[in-house]
Amino acid sequence: MELVEAIILAVLAASTPLLIAATGELVTERSGVLNLGVEGMMIVGAACGFAGAWLTGSIFIGALFGIVAGTMMSLIFALMALGLAVNQVATGLALTILGVGLSGLIGARFVGERITPAVHLSIPGLTDIPLVGRVLFGEDAFVYVSIALVVGVWWFLYRTRAGLILRACGDNHVSAHALGYPVLRIRTFAVMFGGACAGLAGAYLPLAYTPFFIPGMTAGRGWIALALVVFSSWRPGRLVVGAYLFGAVTILQLHAQGWGVGIPSQFMSALPYLATIIVLVMLSRARSGGSTAPAALGTVFVPDR
Amino acid sequence: MRKLFLALATGLLLAGSVSAASAADKLKVGFIYLGPIGDLGWTYQHDLARQALVKELGDKIETTYLENVPEGPDAERSIEQLVRAGNKLIFTTSFGYMDPTLKVAKKYPNVHFEHATGYKRNPNMSTYSAKWWQGRYIQGLIAAKMSKSGVLGYIGSFPIPEVVSGINATMLAAQTINPGIKVKIIWANTWFDPGKEADAAKALIDQGADVIMQHTDSPAAMQIASERGKLAFGQDSEMIKFGPKTQLTSILDTWGPYYIERVKAELAGTWKSEDSWGGLDSHMFAMAPYTNMPDEVKKMAEDAQAAITAGKLHPFKCPIVGQDGKPVECKGGDHLDDGQILGMNFYVKGIDDKLPGK
Repeated sequence: MELVEAIILAVLAASTPLLIAATGELVTERSGVLNLGVEGMMIVGAACGFAGAWLTGSIFIGALFGIVAGTMMSLIFALMALGLAVNQVATGLALTILGVGLSGLIGARFVGERITPAVHLSIPGLTDIPLVGRVLFGEDAFVYVSIALVVGVWWFLYRTRAGLILRACGDNHVSAHALGYPVLRIRTFAVMFGGACAGLAGAYLPLAYTPFFIPGMTAGRGWIALALVVFSSWRPGRLVVGAYLFGAVTILQLHAQGWGVGIPSQFMSALPYLATIIVLVMLSRARSGGSTAPAALGTVFVPDR
Repeated sequence: MRKLFLALATGLLLAGSVSAASAADKLKVGFIYLGPIGDLGWTYQHDLARQALVKELGDKIETTYLENVPEGPDAERSIEQLVRAGNKLIFTTSFGYMDPTLKVAKKYPNVHFEHATGYKRNPNMSTYSAKWWQGRYIQGLIAAKMSKSGVLGYIGSFPIPEVVSGINATMLAAQTINPGIKVKIIWANTWFDPGKEADAAKALIDQGADVIMQHTDSPAAMQIASERGKLAFGQDSEMIKFGPKTQLTSILDTWGPYYIERVKAELAGTWKSEDSWGGLDSHMFAMAPYTNMPDEVKKMAEDAQAAITAGKLHPFKCPIVGQDGKPVECKGGDHLDDGQILGMNFYVKGIDDKLPGK
């Protein structure tokens, strides 16, 4: 029983950065912008988040640093891809390369330093319940924030007028523009939200997951977040499923190796990706699902004045 | 506006080329790194050695390094870039650079190459590596003494001979203390992903391991072991900062003396293609101080280290029994020969796991 609890805890910890970053990117893409710079924004968020926490001794301020850093990075993207109407794919890739370099520069000073990681919630009585206690009432703040974030995004996209307008920009920017909505301004906000989330997701790594900073510590998680958005067919609910499924397969394959199941480890390491592809195929074959990519995703919009 | 950008860009380009053209009379030495120099592990140690080199011979040489160079075909471009920049001696510091290095070496016979941990050589390409399995043997002795559960946790990177020989050396040593000792092995299938290394350490501890060893590069596993109150060994570099009450010892890569020796040879014009495989008796690696263990265990470790250094104890002393129960052919007299260790692709008896790909 303890092992099951330990596995669930590890799955939640591994999935949280993916969920946060993917939620941000989902909003960005729903507004019609494809920002491939998630990895770059994440790693800069990780470096700045650690710097903030190390300098102030506060995890909360560290997280804020991460959010601000991610947002600043996304503003560079917004300036290029929205302001100057540069190709979004190229800009996003450049943002990742820039981010990796920049984070090394910012973080060089902090390599080898340690901080006290984010505290885990502890409610006497509740946290001690076997099996579910620590899972439900013993997480760090990032885990709860990630859930709140995805619920909030769902509510915003499907239950508010602003969310409807944002989706309209993503599906047909010409119509949205004709109706008088400021497409570029809305998209800029969406890109900034995506950057803030990526920054927070990046900050989670050195603030809670492995409490030290090392250049390149995101190790491709930004790309997985991007894939999860496609996997979720741009729906927040499915995003939660995808992120936890990916985390679960990742952790379970490690345990399976420890148990000596006898399946080649190379195959096991590929399992999370394989599982993601299989579910993706199943979803797109199901009648209710199918690809629901925002119709204007990745296309440049230059309003005629 | 556009003109301003152009002017700026041209200015930057000019500035770049000017700085690269200076100091042309010094010997240029290039380095290709797998990770970032701040990885606190493999690449960090190579860069410490490069710094030692600069300190020693800084007035005669100029060093350049490229970090975060992926293994495989992409590395070729990076190595060639160093050649074109005028580097005459180039160190490529990871196994996966073997074929790219060889390819570039054949193309530029006047440039000398040094490839770490590989086995392919050329008249202008040397190889160098360390017998880390000697250090792993000492770790195995300590681990068996210190483990209460009798279960060791081992995080591997890739199932290549270097890592497999480390696992075998560990277990052969541990079995001399506790014949029934168990090891749980998790392959991360990466050299560097702190999150994944931490997850692997968690999984091993959750499954009952109480001494964690790693053959991956970040201090994440050490930090998890520290958090959970278990014991662990560092890897490549000193990691005691991440587990002051956790680290037992660590195998430290100390490439400095070798780099200095090779660059001196290059300067003197006596550089030759060689294969260097240094053990505890050379300066290729060292053991970090033995900490967080009783004095008697410490003494045992020090004795073993002295015996291996003096050549009295060979970790792969025959008879060695494979997983299938059959004794392994003993090509080196009373121990396995270097070739058998360099190409090791089997587990010894007592490891109840299957080697991936076997």
